[in-house]
Amino acid sequence: MTTQLPPGLQLEKVDERIMTLNVGPQHPGSGHMRLIIKVDGDYIVSCDPDPGYVHRGEEKMAEYRNYIVNIPHLERPVIHDSCNVLYPYCLGVEELLGLEVPERAKYLRVIASELNRCVYIQYWLAIYGIFLGHSTMFMWPAGDRELLIDLLEKITGARVTHAYFVPGGIRNDVPANFEEMCLKRVNYFEKRIKEYAAIFYDNPILISRTQGAGVLSREDAIRLGTTGSTLRASGVDFDLRKKEPYDAYGELDVHSNVLKDGDSYARSKIPWLDMLESCNIIRQALQKMPKSGSVRVKLKPNPKGGNDEVYKRVESGRGSLGCYIVSRSQPEPYRLKLSVGSFRNLICMPYLLKGEKLGNMPAVYWSLNYWPVEADR
Amino acid sequence: MSAIAPKFRFSYFLRSILDNVFWIITLLTLVGIPLAMVLFFYFELPVMNNNLTSPYLMLTTIADPSRQVPLLKSIMHSDFFRITAFPGFGFAALLAAATIFIERKMLAKLQLRVGPFYCGKIEGILQLAGDGLKLISKEIIIPAKADKPIFWAAPVLFVATAAAFVALIPVAGGGWVVADVDVGLLAVFAIIGFFPVITVLSAWSANSKFPFIGGIRALHQMVSFEIPLILSVLGIVILTGSLNLSEIVQSQIHYWWIVFLPIGAIVFFIAMLAELERIPFDLPEAESEIVAGWLTEFSGMMYGLVQLGSYVKLYAFSALFVVLFLGGWNGPMIWPPFPEDIIKNGIVMGPITAHIPGLPLLDQQMINDVVWFVIKTMGVIFMILLPRGVFPRIRIDLLLHIGWYKLIGLCFVNIFIALGLLYAGVLGPGGIL
Repeated sequence: MTTQLPPGLQLEKVDERIMTLNVGPQHPGSGHMRLIIKVDGDYIVSCDPDPGYVHRGEEKMAEYRNYIVNIPHLERPVIHDSCNVLYPYCLGVEELLGLEVPERAKYLRVIASELNRCVYIQYWLAIYGIFLGHSTMFMWPAGDRELLIDLLEKITGARVTHAYFVPGGIRNDVPANFEEMCLKRVNYFEKRIKEYAAIFYDNPILISRTQGAGVLSREDAIRLGTTGSTLRASGVDFDLRKKEPYDAYGELDVHSNVLKDGDSYARSKIPWLDMLESCNIIRQALQKMPKSGSVRVKLKPNPKGGNDEVYKRVESGRGSLGCYIVSRSQPEPYRLKLSVGSFRNLICMPYLLKGEKLGNMPAVYWSLNYWPVEADR
Repeated sequence: MSAIAPKFRFSYFLRSILDNVFWIITLLTLVGIPLAMVLFFYFELPVMNNNLTSPYLMLTTIADPSRQVPLLKSIMHSDFFRITAFPGFGFAALLAAATIFIERKMLAKLQLRVGPFYCGKIEGILQLAGDGLKLISKEIIIPAKADKPIFWAAPVLFVATAAAFVALIPVAGGGWVVADVDVGLLAVFAIIGFFPVITVLSAWSANSKFPFIGGIRALHQMVSFEIPLILSVLGIVILTGSLNLSEIVQSQIHYWWIVFLPIGAIVFFIAMLAELERIPFDLPEAESEIVAGWLTEFSGMMYGLVQLGSYVKLYAFSALFVVLFLGGWNGPMIWPPFPEDIIKNGIVMGPITAHIPGLPLLDQQMINDVVWFVIKTMGVIFMILLPRGVFPRIRIDLLLHIGWYKLIGLCFVNIFIALGLLYAGVLGPGGIL
């Protein structure tokens, strides 16, 4: 029996050997997205990522709200990395409105952004651990993350959605004993994450499973436009904190971590090295930070930008995160566009998964440092 | 219930224990004893000590407890008791429940959590009962296109096969085993051979993609690890010259086989982990790749049965490891002897004296055997649980590579060691040890 198809549509011709698997959106190993995977035995023939299940129209919403009201909802795409998501927006609006950020606010922004990067990477690492069936690696980062979340709560007043960065500085100054508190926690945190190497990164089973899985060569990484840890794991030294220093990063000694292998193991190790580097940056920033001073420029109510456009980008937990704002002398942005690292890293997934074993799928998928909600915006 | 753990106080701790004891006693008296009495009226009971075991005799045992002794004796020596309660399924299920509790608490300690905490008030000891109740009360959903009879039968078959495995394990000296078979070791491997068949049947009958992939993976894994599993015990068979599990235990009175055949023990342990689908070999249930593998379509108590079966299987495998390599029930006498005057004169309870001659419960040697057996089995179970907190999951090609290349090679090394010990006259029949 053949059903009459509407004109222009045709049935997909699939070999008998090939089995199509819908990994997601209700699959425990998919996140808020779907992967249409075709397998021949244990080998993946093709992979078609299907994002868009959590599209919220953040960019369109921003066109109806003024520059200040936009702050809390723009951090929603990645609430675990909320400081870094707001960072390019704040930098852009400052340039549009011609604001000069106070020196102390610049350093506090760096500290908050690095703390938040660690919080995000811990969350990512927890999921990477459970994807590989390592339940201890799920619990340990999820527990150690609390340490920094509590610290960020003391600074910003919120545990996860901070809304801490505002155009012209930061929302409020830090509490009185912030410096020693922060130093103590960061030192303990650094000691703790170094222990992860013994149970996870040096684990022979993990190494045998992830080494050589989903190799992305240096040329392919550049050609496919990947960014962040995916790019740096393929041997390209591209860290915006070092290449295009913004705010106080220019005055700090930032080391960017690069590995040459380009496989799943290297991609999973770069964020962990980034966390150690973040601890260094925080310690430097605490030393160089002015001990007092204002942290925020006074704004007029309903500030208007000129007839102008601006593009700013920062290094977020998932790679470079850009914000393009077009202003038409209105209190609201005429157009706002986020260029996110997650979506750019998603593009290389079909290339990496083709020809891999099905057992490598979670190891490759989550090593791309991809956050489905951010990709959909 | 609040999410913050209440402060520990000794009085609360005592009170929670007393609470549980109170409810257990209340329920037993209000439900258990009337139910037993009703049952006694309907079932014909045997004649003992020239007395017909009628409900009236049962009632008189309350007045004179020594009249219970022949009844207890006859129950404990019946086949029904052996199959359901002591060396058989009940004992295994009890140890399996203890295993689940230990696994949860141990893993929680390893991962800086508390684990089950509230249910049952003392460290979440009743969590398992709560989970069981939840599974029983859940709806059983069968996929529309499933092959229903096989799909229904698979969990039951799984538990039944695990129970059949348990029946072959000798627990204590003096014939405390359900089925004392002369080819016990062969029978064990014959029963283990059923597990992949049941797995594939259930996976195929569900008519769904992820269970199918999980079933195929389980088939590959179990079949390829059965070979090293069988080959690794060949050394013991060569040295003892017997396939009877009780005789294998008796041959280890002076030394355990793990001392002479450590390679065989290691290979057996790894193959056992793979047969049990424990991490790092839990590929058939890898949730990030294939949802829950061959368990995906099971819901409610069907899932509960499969879990029960897999934990009973875990107990049976670790008991087999103890029997083969760790000397079974052999061990120094640690159980204190029962007071002599009580055995002679009976227990004085006011006006009544209960005489308790010859109850198997008072057999010091047998209780000592069981204690050693349980201690060793729990040790092996602990070693099986530990990798779950330490290792990630392995990939199927690496797994098969380990099974076919490394383990089988090591098995032959093990057999050569055994043969060498035999022909050098060190061990075996007529050996110097």
